[in-house]
Amino acid sequence: MLDKELRSMIGQVKDGRMDRRAFIKRLAAVGLTAPLANQLLALGGVAMAQSPAVYKPTKRGGGGPLKVLWWQGPTLLNPHFATGTKDQDGSRLFYEPLASWDADGNLNPILAAEIPSLANGGLAADAKSVVWKIKPGVKWHDGKPLTADDFVFTWQYASDPATAAVSISTYGDITVEKVSDLSIRILFKTPTPFWANAFVGAYGCVLPKHLFADYKGSKSREAPNNLSPVGTGPYKFVEFKPGDVVRGELNPDYHMPNRPHFDTIEMKGGGDAVSAARAVIQTGEFDFAWNMQVEDDVLLRLEKGGKGKTLYATGGDIEFIAINFTDPNTEIDGERSSIKTKHPILSDPNVRKALALLVDRESVKKAIYGRAGRTTANYLNGPEKFVSKNTSWEFNIEKASKMLDDAGWKVGADGIREKDGKKFKLLYQTSTNGPRQKTQAIVKQACQKAGIDVELKSVVASVFFSSDVANPDTYPKFYADIEEFQIPMTQPDPALHMRRYISANVATKENKWQGQNFPRYVNKDYDAAIAAAETETDPVKRAALYIKCNDLLWQDTVFIPVMHRLKVEAAANNLRPALSGWANETDNIQDWYREA
Amino acid sequence: MSQYVLRRLLIAVPSLLAISLVLFVVLALAPGDPFSELATNPNVPPEVQAALRAKFGLDDPIYLRYLHWLNAMLHGDWGFSFVSRMNVDTLILQRLPATLYVIGSAQVLALLIAIPVGVYAATKPYSLFDQIANTLAFVGFSLPTFFTGILFILIFSVTLDWLPFVYTTDIKATGIRWVLEMIRQAIMPVAVLGLFQAASMTRFVRSAMLDVIRLDYVTTARAKGLGQTTVIVKHVMRNAMIPVVTLIALQMPAVFGGAIVTEQIFRIPGIGSLLISSILSNDTPVVMAVTFVFACLVVLFNLIADVLYGWLDPRISLR
Repeated sequence: MLDKELRSMIGQVKDGRMDRRAFIKRLAAVGLTAPLANQLLALGGVAMAQSPAVYKPTKRGGGGPLKVLWWQGPTLLNPHFATGTKDQDGSRLFYEPLASWDADGNLNPILAAEIPSLANGGLAADAKSVVWKIKPGVKWHDGKPLTADDFVFTWQYASDPATAAVSISTYGDITVEKVSDLSIRILFKTPTPFWANAFVGAYGCVLPKHLFADYKGSKSREAPNNLSPVGTGPYKFVEFKPGDVVRGELNPDYHMPNRPHFDTIEMKGGGDAVSAARAVIQTGEFDFAWNMQVEDDVLLRLEKGGKGKTLYATGGDIEFIAINFTDPNTEIDGERSSIKTKHPILSDPNVRKALALLVDRESVKKAIYGRAGRTTANYLNGPEKFVSKNTSWEFNIEKASKMLDDAGWKVGADGIREKDGKKFKLLYQTSTNGPRQKTQAIVKQACQKAGIDVELKSVVASVFFSSDVANPDTYPKFYADIEEFQIPMTQPDPALHMRRYISANVATKENKWQGQNFPRYVNKDYDAAIAAAETETDPVKRAALYIKCNDLLWQDTVFIPVMHRLKVEAAANNLRPALSGWANETDNIQDWYREA
Repeated sequence: MSQYVLRRLLIAVPSLLAISLVLFVVLALAPGDPFSELATNPNVPPEVQAALRAKFGLDDPIYLRYLHWLNAMLHGDWGFSFVSRMNVDTLILQRLPATLYVIGSAQVLALLIAIPVGVYAATKPYSLFDQIANTLAFVGFSLPTFFTGILFILIFSVTLDWLPFVYTTDIKATGIRWVLEMIRQAIMPVAVLGLFQAASMTRFVRSAMLDVIRLDYVTTARAKGLGQTTVIVKHVMRNAMIPVVTLIALQMPAVFGGAIVTEQIFRIPGIGSLLISSILSNDTPVVMAVTFVFACLVVLFNLIADVLYGWLDPRISLR
C-alpha cells in the first residue's frame, strides 16, 4: 500500500503538483528520511536536488594558510595505491572524483556536470549501466584539458592486476567506455542498484592519462608522478615527504567559483592523537586535526581552553561483539572453529540473547565513548533509510540470569553456571586498544554477576587484523568464543557491509580464512534476502531487504552491537570544514573555509 | 696501522652478514602484514591483499627473500618501501637532515654541559658544587625523555605559549628569520635529549678526571709551581679525555639513528620516527634498511674509536 501511495506522490512531484519539500515531509511522517526521499525521487525520475553546502567566501583565495594535522601522515600520493585513509586524504587534495558524498549521504558533483538519474538519462532502467557527464572546461594542473579518455584510462590502470592498485575491487568488474569527449558510460555485468562506486569518493579519483599512460601495469611503481601528483583539485602540489608533510598551493584555474578559500595547505603527519588535539584545541598551532581517537574526558578538558572544538560526523561505523557459532576448542582436519562443528554453549539462541542482555551499552557510552558514540541495537546503522526501527536492546542482569536458568545453565557451587558438568566459560578477544579493553572489563563484570566466567584476551592490532594464515590470533580465525572490534562503513550503501555474512563467505581453512563471514553464521533466509537485494532496483524494496537482513542478525544475536561510532575531528573555532560520516575528511576539501 | 685497519674491515664483513641475517629472519618471522590495513575495509576483497602480497614477493620462502635482499643491497639498491611505494634510500635521505640537526645539537649541548661541569666537580670532589651536580645528574638520567618532553610541552607551549611543539621541516621564511625559527622549534627537543645525555656524561667525565687527578705526575706538575688552570687543562684533562672521546665516538651512530621517543613526541621527521612508523606498518624493507645501516655505523664507529684511541694514547699500539 505504501508502495502505491509513494508512486502517486512521486508522480505529483514530477508534474509539479506537489513540491519537493512537502514530499519529504510526508515521507518523514511515515518514518522515512530525507536522503531516502531524495533517492526515491531520483529513481522515480525527478532530478536530485543538488543542495550546495553553505559556502560563504565570495572570492578565490585570501584565506591564508590552512594547517592540518594528521597524526599518521600520508605515506604515498597515488589514490589508487592508498592502503589507508591517510593516503587517500593526502591524495585528495590534488586529485578529484566525479562526485563525493555529503553529510547526508547524498552525491555532491565535483568533476561531474550533473548527478546521473533516470530523468536525465544517466541511469539505465535495468540498472546495468550509468552515463556520467563530465564538467566542461576542467583543466589538469599542467594546463591539459580533462576528457573522457582520462576516465577510461584510470579504469584500465586500476583494473589491471599488474598495476597492483588497491582500488582494483572497485574497477575490476566494470567496463568503462567513452561516449563522447565529455561523457563516459560505466557498464555492469549484473544489475547494480548501487551504481555510485566507481569514480566516486576516495577510490574514485581520476588520474591524468598523459602522465600515467606509460606506467600502467608492472611499471606502475616507476611513475614519477606517484610522488608529485598532477590533478584537477583545488590545490596544486608543492612538496611531499612521506609520513611527514604534504604541501599544496591554491590552484588559480580551479573549476568551481570562489574556491578554494585558502592560499596554501599544509598537512603535517606524525605524533599521537592526544597531542594533535592539544595543538588544535589548546594552543591553536594547527587549524584541524584528523581522527581524534581520544577519550571524551580528555577532549572536554582540552576544550575548556577554548581555541578549538571537536566536531562529529555520523556514518555507519559499528563497534560490536561477534559471537562464534562454531567450536573454537575442537579441531577438525587441522582447523579450529570449523564450520563442521557447533559451539557447545553459544549455539543455543537463548544463551546468545541472554549474553546480549549483559552488555551495558549505556555505561560503555558514558565511561568510554561519550559524545563519539550512540547506543544501538542494530548492526546496520546508516544511511537512515536502511536503519531498522524494529529492534531494541536492554541491559538486564536478572532477565539474563532467568533465561540462562531456563536454558539449563544452573549456578554451581563456585558461582559459575554449569550444565551437564560443563562450566559456562567464555574467551573474549579483541585488539589491544584502550576503549576496547575497558569495554571488555565492563562486560566481564556484568557476566560475572550472571554467573558467567569470562577470560579476557587482547591481541596486538597488527596481528589481529592481519591476514597471516600461520597466525592463530587473527580475527578471521576466531579461536575464541566472542570477539570485539569495529567494521567501518566506507560508503553510504549497505551492500558490501551486509554481504559479508552470507553462508558462502564463511571463513574456513579451505579459503585460507579469507571468507569474510567470521562469526560463521549460516542462515538460508539471510542468504536469500541478500541475493534478492543485490539485484533489486526498486530502492524501497531494496532498503526493506537490507532492514530484514539486519533484523535477522539481531534476532539470531550474531552480533551484540556495542556502539555506533561517530567520526571525531578537532577544528579551530573559526574553521568551517565540510565533513561527512560517509566520506574521508578531505573529500569535500574545496568547500572548507574560515569564518572572518 | 693500515694493515690493522684493513684486517678490522675484513672482520667486519662476516659480522655484518651475520647481523643482516639475524635481522632479516627476525623481521620475516615477526607477525603482521604490510597490507593488514586493507583487511577490515569491506571495500577491498581479501584477494586484493593476497595479490599484493604475491606481487611484493611476501609469499616466497625466507631464504629466497634474504638472497634477493642481499643481492640488491650489494648492488646499492636499498629496497622498495611497500607502504610508500618509493625507494628506501630516498626515504631515509629525506629524514636524515632533521635527525642530524636535532640529535647532533643535543649531543653538542650535552658535551658543552658535561665537560665543564664534570671537570669542575672533579677538581673539588664532595664540595657543595659537586654534590649539587651529582644530584642533578641522577635526577637527569632517572627521568625518561617521554616524561620531560611532555612536561616541557605543558610548561613552554601550553601554559606559557613561548615555543611551538610541532616541528616543521619547511619554515616559510628566509634569512635570519628562518635561522631563528629553526632554533626556536628545536629548543625543546634539543634540551630534552641534551640534558638527558649530559646527565650520564657528566658522571663519566667526573670519574675519568678523578682517576687521573690523583696520579703522581699531577702532583709533580703542581710541585713545579704550575697554576691550577694549567695543571687541570694541560695535564689532567688531556689524559682524562681519552676515554671520553671513545665514548663520544661510540655514540655517533645514535646521532644518525635518531631518537625514537623524542622524535615522536615533537613530531620531528627523523630516522627514529621513520623506523617506528615502519615497524608499526610492517614495512619490512624500510625497517631492514634502517637497522642495517645502523649496524654498519656501529661497526664503523667502533673501528674509528679504536683507531682514535691509539692516536690519542701512543702507549697503545695497534697490531
